[in-house]
Amino acid sequence: MSTAANTLVFTWGNPSRGDDALGYLFHDELIRANFDDVDVLTDFQLQIEHCTDLENRKRVIFVDADMTIDNTYSIEQISPDSTMAITSHAMSPQALMHVCTQVNQSTLPECWLLRIRGYTFELGHPLSEGAKRNLNQALSATKRLIKNKIPKED
Amino acid sequence: MSNLETAKHPENLKRIAIEPLTRVEGHGKVTLLQDENNQIQQARLHIAEFRGFEKFIQGRPYWELPVLVQRLCGICPVSHHLAAAKATDILVNATISPTAEKVRRLMHYGQTLQSHALHFFHLCSPDLLFGYDDEVRHRNIVGVIEDHPEIAKQGVMLRKYGQEVIRITSGKRVHGTGAIPGGVNKSLSREDINYLKKDIGQIVEWAQAAVELIKNIINQQPEYHKTFATINSNMLSLVDANGGLEIYDGSLRANAPDGETIFDQVNVLDYEQYIVEGIKNWSYMKFPFIKSIGPDDGWYRVGPLARVNNCDFISTPLAEAERTKFRSFNQDKPVQSVLAYHWARLIELLFCTESIQLLLDDPDISGNDLVNKGDLQAKGIGVIEAPRGTLFHHYEINEDGLVEKANLIVSTTNNNQAMNESIRQVAVDYLNGNELSEPLLNQVEVAIRAYDPCLSCATHAMGKMPLEVELLNASGEIVDRLHKHSDGHCS
Repeated sequence: MSTAANTLVFTWGNPSRGDDALGYLFHDELIRANFDDVDVLTDFQLQIEHCTDLENRKRVIFVDADMTIDNTYSIEQISPDSTMAITSHAMSPQALMHVCTQVNQSTLPECWLLRIRGYTFELGHPLSEGAKRNLNQALSATKRLIKNKIPKED
Repeated sequence: MSNLETAKHPENLKRIAIEPLTRVEGHGKVTLLQDENNQIQQARLHIAEFRGFEKFIQGRPYWELPVLVQRLCGICPVSHHLAAAKATDILVNATISPTAEKVRRLMHYGQTLQSHALHFFHLCSPDLLFGYDDEVRHRNIVGVIEDHPEIAKQGVMLRKYGQEVIRITSGKRVHGTGAIPGGVNKSLSREDINYLKKDIGQIVEWAQAAVELIKNIINQQPEYHKTFATINSNMLSLVDANGGLEIYDGSLRANAPDGETIFDQVNVLDYEQYIVEGIKNWSYMKFPFIKSIGPDDGWYRVGPLARVNNCDFISTPLAEAERTKFRSFNQDKPVQSVLAYHWARLIELLFCTESIQLLLDDPDISGNDLVNKGDLQAKGIGVIEAPRGTLFHHYEINEDGLVEKANLIVSTTNNNQAMNESIRQVAVDYLNGNELSEPLLNQVEVAIRAYDPCLSCATHAMGKMPLEVELLNASGEIVDRLHKHSDGHCS
């Protein structure tokens, strides 16, 4: 296994369910950008074993579609939260962070949550026009964040 | 079939809805009708079924199917991947090579391992370890991690190991392309094998510990585990040619509630002669049943409970020893308790770890004979034992290789009637005469959760997972409401 990059961008979503593809497409775009010292991973859902992906990182950016925010996207720093209980197979990033504090050996990285506004999530639907616009704006903002704030080696 | 399926005079009854169900995948709803004495008169499980599946698939070229169908479900993409690959093997008229079959088996054991680990440790152990009336904020995986860190860590690592097996056999974490029509597109390198062999001994040990854990839990309350939501049902599964446990290939076997054979060694290509998909006017989801018995008594269960009950033996020694103990729980008769799903699931988890260990020592796993093909056929059927139960993929293509007909019977559909029967049993045993409360309603969810249903829908955008329970009077007015938020607290 290769050494973990200092920054991890972790996206999730189902590419065949309309705007749920936002996380997956975000992943592909960032792979193309080919940033140094940045790993980009994706999965269908955020799951408990992903705590192992957070080990030995300095910064993690979680990325998911969201149908509750008012803006095109929102980004905020997040903290572990044991009260963000899991009600399905999927976990919240805050709950995953809490699991990391219990399971991982390394210090918990600085974690950010990027939520991109989506509108339709039906099987077989393409990405909506609104989500396409939101994706591009969120990508630009994230690329700036990565370029300007990649943590340096100690 | 229970008489609680349809109330005689629903217009006079209070309606309670549990929606959506928690710690199951996707969106489902339970509706209960109570009379003025709080006696349950009707109980139904509603699932928003995979209505778009066939439309999503029709018109697509057959060679896309193994990759395309992974997108149907974010929980069991590998099951759909392999079932579709098996169907396309028939479409290309291929007998796959030993290397292709073993790489696919490895992938399947990896996915069953990770799925069963997630279900037990993540979704069900909170109920089993803390009790069904534990404080809801604590009754989740975070609570398990805080109170039982070693158990929780083992659950995480078992799950992770299974995911690594999938990644290596399918090429990547998501949307892997490992299985293709007629075979696989890669075998394992020496580096891959060494990487997986490094931890497999520990993984087998943890799987054994998981089986011990569930046995200890059951031994603390054996009568409860025998009787909770217990129903007597037929059971359907694949078995191998000798009657052994089989989750990748094999033939169909159906046994009656007393263990007597209904049919055995049925070629999966003939499944339509034995299984009928019934419909009911109150549900979008179909209700499959055994044709020779009929809809009233021909419904059946699939999944770990059916598989471990139906098989005559398990080919790996540790799992076989546990199967023997499992069967002795009911004097060598089929174990019908719904909570025994957990026990059977962990026996299968152990079987998968042993099977992975064996395959990693098999030279075929790194062979070069990857793909076979013949003349294109019009119809292909692939059947696999997904973690949740028997999964049927049936495709018919035109001369251009485009899909004209697709029919999928997924595991959760196979268990539809059985889940309905289980919640009716809970309603009779626990809800009758009682006022609404979260711990009480959790009993309904516990019964459903034991089946590990995948209620479809990998859509999981944040903010979509509350639990709403409403109590309405005969006029349809809300007289009480319980809301469980996505962070777990109730208001």
